[in-house]
Amino acid sequence: MTERNVAHASTAGASGTPGTHRVWRVGADIDTDALAPGAYMKFGIDEIARHCLENQRPDFAPNVQPGDVLVAGPNFGIGSSREQAAAALVRLGVRAVIAPAFSGLYFRNAFNVGLLLLTCAEAETLEEGETIAIEPHAGRIVRAGGTALACEPLPSFLLDMVEAGGLLNLLKQRYPTSNGVNPC
Amino acid sequence: MAVAQTLAQKLIAAACGKPYVEVGEIVTCAVDLAMFHDSSGPRRLQPMLEQLGAPLWDKSKVVLVIDHYVPEADDESRRIVRIARDWADAQQLPHVYDSVGICHVVLPQHGHLRPGMFCVGGDSHSPTGGAFGAYMFGIGSTEMLGVAVSGQIWVKVPQTLRMQWHNRLAAGVTAKDMMLHMIGRFGMNGGRYQAVEFCGDAVTALPMQERMTLSNMSAELGAQAGLVAPDAVTLDYLRSVGVHDEIDVAHWQSDADAAAQTHEFDAAVLEPQVAAPHSPANTHDVSAFEDVAVQVAYIGACTGAKLADLRAAASVLRGRRVADGVQLVVAPASVRDRDQAASEGVLDVLEAAGAQFLATSCGACAGYGSQIPEGSTVISSTARNFKGRMGAQTAQVYLGSPYTVAASALRGRIADPREVLA
Repeated sequence: MTERNVAHASTAGASGTPGTHRVWRVGADIDTDALAPGAYMKFGIDEIARHCLENQRPDFAPNVQPGDVLVAGPNFGIGSSREQAAAALVRLGVRAVIAPAFSGLYFRNAFNVGLLLLTCAEAETLEEGETIAIEPHAGRIVRAGGTALACEPLPSFLLDMVEAGGLLNLLKQRYPTSNGVNPC
Repeated sequence: MAVAQTLAQKLIAAACGKPYVEVGEIVTCAVDLAMFHDSSGPRRLQPMLEQLGAPLWDKSKVVLVIDHYVPEADDESRRIVRIARDWADAQQLPHVYDSVGICHVVLPQHGHLRPGMFCVGGDSHSPTGGAFGAYMFGIGSTEMLGVAVSGQIWVKVPQTLRMQWHNRLAAGVTAKDMMLHMIGRFGMNGGRYQAVEFCGDAVTALPMQERMTLSNMSAELGAQAGLVAPDAVTLDYLRSVGVHDEIDVAHWQSDADAAAQTHEFDAAVLEPQVAAPHSPANTHDVSAFEDVAVQVAYIGACTGAKLADLRAAASVLRGRRVADGVQLVVAPASVRDRDQAASEGVLDVLEAAGAQFLATSCGACAGYGSQIPEGSTVISSTARNFKGRMGAQTAQVYLGSPYTVAASALRGRIADPREVLA
């Protein structure tokens, strides 16, 4: 669980200095079966995460480091409602996914499980292996040379949800009798 | 004077208690019905509900359908299904449908959907409910947890994309072909998570189950909801499943002057459509694929194995047998559809043609079973052909209507059903 803790710790920070987040590139139309293959859906998130993107980038799941970002082409997350397709990236410690367009259903799921998505028209100008800073509240990405890329603004309640680590954590605050906040 | 609104706006306005909602506005809606299944539901919700120590907001508005991991093929499936059954018992859920069919088909067949409702489902094909004039969309399990404890959910009021289909479909051409054509034209995210409304003579001429196919595959179009305004066909269906509420059909229509983006199509010239691997957007006329040999013909799923779909396949296969080397597999979408098909002789026709039958569950469509051999070429009436989707990484899956799947099974290659029906 070390990775998850690290991921949540980095999620809590709203920005990063240039050089913070390493870019992993994938193409367009990455579907939920690529992120959370159906054959592994009966298992827990650890097993699903091990097979995340195994057809597209077999090097990704074994090597991705907490804080890294995934940069994709348009239509990231099309397909199923399975939120494991977002939770697998959280489990792997991915700080954010950056793409020109996301599936609407995936977009909701991602924030609900604490994964930041940045919609950025120029996402595909980012290169494999470069390191970037992200500023979700300002709605921008900063490259090592200082160039900034604009992202679509996010409603503050979604940013709050990501910073809380997802909807479950927000609900725990709302239901004070819940286990973990006020064990009874 | 009332401001003109689309059907989507009226449904959302009613759910959030406002007379009018603006496109782009974020509102919190009261949920009339929350549906989930064994995969997205109890196994995910139960541990989170326990952590919260919160009860379900309203059991009478919750429907659980056990359809993904049944019949249980292994220990993991047994564990998942047992969690669902035990949880349903412990919660004393009033609406549980266990192994009687796929959620999107079972829900209306048991009278749970009516025009004017605002519903969520723990499955991406939940827009199927839009065929009944309900605003219904799919959400993930964590968001379902939020609904389960609060009965509320946020939405950003969508723009409406009106898909207006003029004239009538030709014989052997279906709602599935309409959807593949639209997905091919606009792409899998062409719906931009807005609301699609299907209208025009070709749509109003469709029976309910065909309308359900339109709404169902709104998911593949990337829309949040896929609506068909209710009419006499809707009311007839509702009466047939025991819904006798008074329904204000005249209200649940888009106002004529409501702002929407309209796309027009001529149904009369639409040919059967086929989507090549590995995307439903990879669609062309069937004639583009007639040299593709197939080894498996699959008729299944909420998209393609309802009674109307089984009848369509039987009309092609009556008195014929599938080609040597072709495996025809049929997984009816619900027990009710299967039983009706049996009583009409439809199942006998399929069996005589060489079909083997699977259980009335999601089966190979979700890749949860292992019915599709590696390396095979498949023609399927399901909704998705992503690489590996049906469980076999090396399978080549083509999508078509039940007519096209049946005709392809006969010929051993992808075939135009109109040649067989002629």
